[in-house]
Amino acid sequence: MVTPVLVSGDGTLVYNGGPVSATVPAVRDEAIDTTGDARGSFSLAGVSVAYGKDLVIEGVDMHIPPQAVTALIGPSGCGKSTLLRCLNRMNDELGNVHIGGTITLDGQSIMGKAMDPVELRMRVGQVFQRPNPFPMSIYDNVAYGPRTQGVRRRGELDGLVEESLKGAALWEEVKKSLKKHAFELSGGQQQRLCIARALATKPEVILMDEPASALDPISTQQIEDTIAELKSSVTIVIVTHNMQQAARISDRTAFMLRESLEEPAHLVEIGDTKKMFTNPDDERTESYITGRFG
Amino acid sequence: MSRLGRTRQARTAEAVARVLTGTVALSVVAVALFIFVYIVYNGIGALDWTFISEVPRDRGREGGILPVIVGTLYVTLTTAALTLPIGVLAGVYLAEYAPRNFTTRAIRLAITNMAGVPSIVYGLFGLAAFVLLAGFGRSIIAAALTLTCMTLPVVITATEEALRQIPQDLRQASLALGATRLRTIYKVVLPAAAPGIITGSILGLARAAGETAPILFTGAVFQMRRLPDGLSSQFMSLPYHIYAQVTSVPGWNRTLVWGTAFVLVAGVSIVSVIAAWWRSVQRRKVKW
Ligand SMILES: Nc1ncnc2c1ncn2[C@@H]1O[C@H](COP(=O)(O)OP(=O)(O)OP(=O)(O)O)[C@@H](O)[C@H]1O
Ligand SMILES: [Mg+2]
Repeated sequence: MVTPVLVSGDGTLVYNGGPVSATVPAVRDEAIDTTGDARGSFSLAGVSVAYGKDLVIEGVDMHIPPQAVTALIGPSGCGKSTLLRCLNRMNDELGNVHIGGTITLDGQSIMGKAMDPVELRMRVGQVFQRPNPFPMSIYDNVAYGPRTQGVRRRGELDGLVEESLKGAALWEEVKKSLKKHAFELSGGQQQRLCIARALATKPEVILMDEPASALDPISTQQIEDTIAELKSSVTIVIVTHNMQQAARISDRTAFMLRESLEEPAHLVEIGDTKKMFTNPDDERTESYITGRFG
Repeated sequence: MSRLGRTRQARTAEAVARVLTGTVALSVVAVALFIFVYIVYNGIGALDWTFISEVPRDRGREGGILPVIVGTLYVTLTTAALTLPIGVLAGVYLAEYAPRNFTTRAIRLAITNMAGVPSIVYGLFGLAAFVLLAGFGRSIIAAALTLTCMTLPVVITATEEALRQIPQDLRQASLALGATRLRTIYKVVLPAAAPGIITGSILGLARAAGETAPILFTGAVFQMRRLPDGLSSQFMSLPYHIYAQVTSVPGWNRTLVWGTAFVLVAGVSIVSVIAAWWRSVQRRKVKW
């Protein structure tokens, strides 16, 4: 399918002659004005994403409040991972991705030349679907981010490693074997190691793309407990296919939907998780959550 | 045919295939083993302290092969020092940076073709380019540069393939932590790919150590009383020594020539075995 997409001079997406965000009625997000001075809040306005000429997300307006868990839900292929990757500019690595609209982190634009992706990624960490520790020791995995930032002093690194492993609830299990190769850990432990690794750069936000979907129920439980602990200090944005999980761990839920392959996906509804799961405004949200499609 | 009959037929075909492929595989092993045993059987008699510590006498019919061994080591190590950095950098470019376009395809095609050029042609090219045009004369450096041209495609391909084995996940993890492309490559991707790169490179260099044609015109000599004393020195070499004995020394000493072959094969095998062992140790540590 070819959708006529152009990127205009200032980087905004133009679609069928007009700016993309103007062609869709934006979903109102009441939480937008509650930034305060806490660190780690995102605001998205009219965000659209195209892979080459294929527009896959259109006109997303959303506020991601600090120090809370925001869940992104929606059927497969509706652009959850794509939207998540906009928040730490990992889409840049794919090449041929065009992003329109504005995204700000704590009021500062993260788009284009306004933000160095390398700096952004130290502030916005990511945990992937499959545990992906580096082929090195547990210690070196966690110390990788700080070392990248130039931390060299042994004492400082030791402190960061311990603190991060504690943050990911892995410290007790590995404190005697920090030199052990990371691949000797179980899948669930590896995923918590990846969380620790992301924590070590002291990020304001951690993005998680289905972090527990490759894990057993007990490891999933541990990851969920970790997330609950973490949200007092970092903002968490999590993509999940598991409705119970979204309901259990998130404060806010955003539902995205791509109604047909010919149209891009958009944000259907965003709101407090409790309300989204008990009394959503949109009936498509309700049918998705109750499992009627997707 | 009944269903039972068909199953039985399939089972027979299966058995035949197993025996046939097994026999062929075993014969290959048998031939390799025979060559190896034959060299050891004929060459081991020459091995003593004199053989490896003295210079050849009476045009190689007597004495030892010390300058021959040293010459081969010298040329091969120089080749390694030239090939590894260039080959690894080129492989990194192809695997990590090269855009998918016409130029990249042309580069790959050129590398594939380079690997297919016969070694005598490299010898001729080395004579024209390094000995004459660049003015190195017949020397270790001219021979090593010629062998580098021949070995580069192997090292580049080994590097590129080893890098492609590294899961994309790992690169993403590093980038997402705020590492640059460059840091991701030298801290995560290259170390993880090192076993593959090193094993592949050693195989290429082992082949270079045993080649006669590329060094024939570019620096190998029949007889030298002293050891090579620098990169512009000429040199003796194991494969060329065997060739020269058999073709131009009437009454050549059978034991000493087989002994020379044994030293060459043993040297190459020892390095390959160490590389294979090291790789398997790394493999056990690193599973994707
Ligand atoms: N690298 C890419 N190049 C081109 N198209 C892509 C790329 N990644 C994703 N897409 C397309 O973008 C759309 C959204 O994909 P995305 O992976 O963001 O969906 P998702 O909601 O995360 O799906 P899932 O729940 O299956 O993970 C899909 O139509 C997909 O085919
Ligand atoms: Mg996804």
